[in-house]
This record gives sequence, structure tokens and C-alpha cells, in this order.
Amino acid sequence: MAHDMTADAAHAHDEHHESPVVFGFWLYLMTDCIIFGTLFAVFAVMRNQFAGGPTGKDIFELNGVGIETALLLLSSITYGFGMISAHRNKLGALRGWLGVTFILGLGFLFMEIREFSHMVAEGNGPDRSAFLSAFFTLVGTHGLHVTCGLLWMAVLIVQTGGKTVLTERMTNKLTCLSLFWHFLDIVWICVFTFVYLMSVI
Amino acid sequence: MADAHTDHSGANHGSVGSYLTGFVISVLLTAAAFGIVMAHSFSPSGMLAAIAILAAVQIVVHLVFFLHMNASSEQRWNVMAFAFTIMTVFILVIGTLFIMHDTSINMMSR
Repeated sequence: MAHDMTADAAHAHDEHHESPVVFGFWLYLMTDCIIFGTLFAVFAVMRNQFAGGPTGKDIFELNGVGIETALLLLSSITYGFGMISAHRNKLGALRGWLGVTFILGLGFLFMEIREFSHMVAEGNGPDRSAFLSAFFTLVGTHGLHVTCGLLWMAVLIVQTGGKTVLTERMTNKLTCLSLFWHFLDIVWICVFTFVYLMSVI
Repeated sequence: MADAHTDHSGANHGSVGSYLTGFVISVLLTAAAFGIVMAHSFSPSGMLAAIAILAAVQIVVHLVFFLHMNASSEQRWNVMAFAFTIMTVFILVIGTLFIMHDTSINMMSR
């Protein structure tokens, strides 16, 4: 009996994917997915309500969007390399990859804020038309998620500092952020396809 | 036993190779989507269909190579929750478009 229990504990420790913490976080992501689904539905309804204002074709800069996409995609793979280092217990490499991911995410955010402030400065802020309200709400919500992800990443970089072994708790935190970060990249696929590219066609 | 489990979870969490594979496929799909639109390759509806399909494929690639989704029993509940969410999102988006389209026609706002 006692042997069974230790075996179970070892089992739970090794199978990070079965952790109830990670599964619970996955369910949170599913509800987040529905938030984005709602915002995409709003955008789909409002996408032609220009109120005499600019259309997507007039204001979207595809080159900037392409760079943002590249930054986010790169940050996804660097986080993946970080997780591989974490599972091999190479904490120095883990922090290095997290740092690279953080910088790439920060670059994405910088590009987005620059794009937004550019649009607002030209009088094309969220108050210009229903199309722009829906655009700023949808893309802004994604940007807010990226900001939260970056804060979380900074906290984890600090928390893993000076450690030599990752506890199960810490591995769970890293796994949850990994799901969150990859999920944001998936949402961004929908953003650049259905918001930017579709408006430019 | 511990060794077997380490190997097992290693396979689950992906390897450098699987991340790189996913990354290369994603780059190709993204470049194709941007290229099609920037070059005005087909008719508008053709481009629309093409980028929608590319996005759907890229989402699957991300789920498999980055989020390590698979058909194993260990993943059953994750996949179930995901399938239910996708269904909800589809009802939400298509239902919204249907209702708002109908409303705008009946209100003669166009």
C-alpha cells in the first residue's frame, strides 16, 4: 500500500500534463477563447461600419503587422526551447530563453503601441467609427493579454533566479505560462488573418 | 519506472526538432497568407478562402507542435474541453453574424 502511494506520487510528479493545476489553467484558457470569440464576432459585424471614416485598407500597414507576427512567432519557439531546458533542469538556459522571449514580446508590444498611437494621432482612434471601436477592443484585448504574459514572465525569471532545482510548483507555473503564451500566438493568427489581411483585400 | 516516465514526459513536452518543425511550417503558412494578399493573387473571395484555410491549418500546427495536443488518453479531457470551446465559439460567431444580418435586412438599414 505504502509502495503504491509513493509510486503514485512519483507518477504525479513526472506527468506534468496531468497536474490538476495545468488542467485548470487549460480550462481558464478555454473561457478566454470564448472572450476572443465574442470580440471576433463583434468585429465581424462592425467591419463595414465606417461612418464615413477610414477603411482598413486606408490605415493598416501590412509591413508592421508582418514584423509583429514574426516577433510573436519567434517568441513562441524561444519559450518552447526554454521549456525544454526546464525539463532538462538547465536553469541558466531556461532563464536565458525566458529573457529572449521577454524581449521579443516587448518588441511586439512596442510595435503595437506605436501603431495605436499613430492611428489615434491621425484622428482614427476608437471613437471614430464602429469599425475602429471593434478593432481597438479586439486587438487591444490581445495586447493586454501579452502585457500580462510579460509581467508573469518577468516574475518567473526572478523566481527561478538562484535556484538549482525546479520544484513541481515552479514547473507547473512555467507550463501554465507556456500554454498562455502559445495560446496568444494562436489568437494572433486569427487577428492578422481576419482583421488585418481580410480588411486589406 | 522513473526512467520510463522521464522518457514519456520528454516525448510529451516536445523536442527541439518538433518545435523547429512547427516553427518552419508556421513561417511558411504565414508568409503564404501575407504573400497572397500583398500580391493580390486571386479574386477577393478566392483570397479570403485561401487565407482562412491557411489560418485554420496554422492553428492546428500550433496546437500539435507547440501545445502538444494529441489523441492520447492522458490528453482526453484537454481535447474534450477544447472541442466544446470550438463548438461554442462557432455557434457564437455564426449565430451573431446570422442574427445581425437578418436584423439589418428587416430594419432596412441598408
